[in-house]
Amino acid sequence: MEKKLALQMRGITKRFGSVLANNHVDLDVYEGEILAILGENGCGKTTLMNMIAGIYFPDEGHILIDGQEVVIRSPKDAFDHGIGMIHQHFKLVDLFTAAENVVLGVEEEKRYNLKEVCGEVSRIAERYGFHIDPAKKVYDMSVSEKQTVEIIKVLYRGADILILDEPTAVLTPQEISRLFDVLRRMKADGKSIIIITHKLNEVMEVSDRVAILRRGEHIATVNTAETNEAQLTEMMVGKKIDLDIHRSKPVNARPRLEIRNLNLKNEEGVQVLKNVSFTANGGEILGIAGIAGSGQRELLESIVGLQPLESGDIIFTNPKKDKPVTFFHKSLKRVKELAAQDAFHDVNMNAVSFRGMRNSAIRKWVDNGGVLFREDEIINLRHKTPLEIRELGVRLSFVPEDRLGMGLVGSMGITDNMMLRSYRKGKAGFLDRKKPRALAEEIIEELEVSTPGTSTPVRRLSGGNVQKVLVGREIAFTPKVLMAAYPVRGLDINSSYTIYNLLNRQKENGVAVIFVGEDLDVLLALCDRIIVMNGGAITGTVDARTATKEEVGLLMTKTVESGREEQ
Amino acid sequence: MNIWLNFLIDSMAFGATFIYGSTGEILTEKAGHLNLGIPGIMCMGGAGGCLVLNAIGRSSLPPFLIVILGILGSLALAMLCGMIYSFLTVTLRANQNVTGLALTTFGVGLMKVIMSKLDATVYLVGPKQMYRWPFANRQDSLQAMGILFFAAVIIAVLAGWILFRTKTGLHLRAVGENPATADAVGINVTKYKYAATCIGSGIAGLGGFYYIIDYMASQEAYLSLEAFGWLSIALVIFALWRPPLTIIGSVVFGFLFSVSSFITNVPWINVTMAMKPILKMLPYVVTILVLIVSSIRNKRENQPPASLGLSYFREER
Repeated sequence: MEKKLALQMRGITKRFGSVLANNHVDLDVYEGEILAILGENGCGKTTLMNMIAGIYFPDEGHILIDGQEVVIRSPKDAFDHGIGMIHQHFKLVDLFTAAENVVLGVEEEKRYNLKEVCGEVSRIAERYGFHIDPAKKVYDMSVSEKQTVEIIKVLYRGADILILDEPTAVLTPQEISRLFDVLRRMKADGKSIIIITHKLNEVMEVSDRVAILRRGEHIATVNTAETNEAQLTEMMVGKKIDLDIHRSKPVNARPRLEIRNLNLKNEEGVQVLKNVSFTANGGEILGIAGIAGSGQRELLESIVGLQPLESGDIIFTNPKKDKPVTFFHKSLKRVKELAAQDAFHDVNMNAVSFRGMRNSAIRKWVDNGGVLFREDEIINLRHKTPLEIRELGVRLSFVPEDRLGMGLVGSMGITDNMMLRSYRKGKAGFLDRKKPRALAEEIIEELEVSTPGTSTPVRRLSGGNVQKVLVGREIAFTPKVLMAAYPVRGLDINSSYTIYNLLNRQKENGVAVIFVGEDLDVLLALCDRIIVMNGGAITGTVDARTATKEEVGLLMTKTVESGREEQ
Repeated sequence: MNIWLNFLIDSMAFGATFIYGSTGEILTEKAGHLNLGIPGIMCMGGAGGCLVLNAIGRSSLPPFLIVILGILGSLALAMLCGMIYSFLTVTLRANQNVTGLALTTFGVGLMKVIMSKLDATVYLVGPKQMYRWPFANRQDSLQAMGILFFAAVIIAVLAGWILFRTKTGLHLRAVGENPATADAVGINVTKYKYAATCIGSGIAGLGGFYYIIDYMASQEAYLSLEAFGWLSIALVIFALWRPPLTIIGSVVFGFLFSVSSFITNVPWINVTMAMKPILKMLPYVVTILVLIVSSIRNKRENQPPASLGLSYFREER
């Protein structure tokens, strides 16, 4: 079938200061096709699309629509040429209904009639298989519904070319497949769809052709049917990279964190955790699989003390046996108390008693490493404050939907963000800035964070870099339990593998790693054991080395009455 | 007529001052600008009208023309203040609170200078009868309801209709809620902010004019005008950012504000002078109560516009 060209880009170049964001890019988009634009973070995908959508203006080059050269200076010009872009960060007025958001800014001859707009919105939704209530307020909507409003907004303006900037980054697997169905229906309707992504499986699933960008340059455009993931990755990264995660056998795995019959109700009184019990071992990666919102977030938050528990215990085994006592974690008073309880022994395994000794002598003995713990410390975290839990080395690196919402302060630099964890240290009320700065520099170098400097506000970094900073900081404080929720969400392949390797290295150091993920392939390749959650209960535990995707998928939808772990 | 009915009518006539002030402020706030210059702008509106009337009050122009020229003078000076405020806060992105407070200090002071130089026998006497249409010939308290009173009600209802029933209103609310979104869909944010602030200031200015010329019609009227500017801003919260509700709110506020002076006329209530200042607190107490109730109910529609008080930079992401 002969296809008509909808959009052509010829020699598009864009510079930001001295940085070349796009270098002579040529791109063709046909009618009735889904074109994926693939590239790593910061390769100029979004910049290129922003030039079609009228956000930026190209320094050089031409844009042709239906064979006619056009000049696009503003989003309005783009709309006039039938181009609509759905941005990663939604541009919606929260207080308005779906219909009001759709009609906002549209200049029409006819009189403003919200009922007619609602009808039109429903018609568009029905035509492409969306589900939307036009009278629903945006603040009541889920992320997926908001995205639907954005798409309808563009369609209402009569767009024939739709650009979606990483539309799947914030969606659950179910919502993604629903979105893809909609996109296919639009394609059948003759619309051209450009989807920006760096997820290879999605590219393979939904696109007809793939355009690969690398460092602002157009590398190639290939037909999806004639390529494979390995080839695409190679073109995208510019070198062959290993898509296997190197998983080592757990060494000396001992229980580190034992969760017993955890129950939790949320503010609305809904039971969000039902009798959750499991054990996380040191030197092992424990995966948590499940549909988003099955209680993963609440589980992790209750472990670090952010949620008031209804019942249950969190038993943390602090590995101390035969390790020297330090004054860093314990005050002199506490050391003396513990000695009185016979908690220490010396290098010759004899019990330590400080009775009759002067403080200076005790200090000397302890500082020389002569006093060792007799037993591991067993603590119920349920009765500890979040700060105490943190000091014990239980770390949560939570990467929520909103990257900057939890964990980092957007307007502060990397150094200052490091200090959020260490501001209590330092002498006599003065902050110690040197160590955090050194740490910031270390993270920038080791994790290849691209930033102008340690004092650049984190908000200005790209999503992947923000995540590296967040995970890097939590790892830097030598945790004993490291919990990472969706740490690779929105990251490109290279950065994702950097994070996987980081987690693996922690595991090899004896840390108990808990990894909440959504990509089953990654969970199965990275973890040692996987627990599966559904509706706040654990529906099963599998060995990640032998389990199959189908097995886990089945557990994800299974309902368990008692919620007890089935071994 | 019953003493209480008289009091109610008087409260309504008095309250029209607040309808003007708070409708003007609501329009401005809906564009995302907290204009604390409203007291000053109301004063300037009053001064502008009086200046014109002082110049033409004794001329041989037809009375209705004198009225219209007075209103225009009031509008002109008030909108000029709105223009200054817009230029500072929209174009130069100055702090809205500081700018507003400066404008109030400036407006109140300038008005006092202007008014002390004018001749009350000229600006008050001339067209007074004209304002009192259609009740000009009545001897009871209905006489206080004139064209400017009805204009206030019409303006409040009209502003509500525009804000919530037309596309212009939809765009204006979008600008106040989320200017970046409004900008992205092609709405001219700067234009809307300027227009809303200037029109709002003009409406507020009419309130000052109404109070001096029509409601009080006395030489000392201008001295208490500033306080009613602040009350108008409080009434915005009371009315939950809906212009038609300012009509009800203004009656309540008018009632509460004058209850302290009225109550001494009621024979069976014994009020000492010391209690009067306490009674004068009532409008503010009610405003606080409304704030508490609307915060507890926590309905998104009853909250101030989301980007109220924030300047909009297009480049900032």
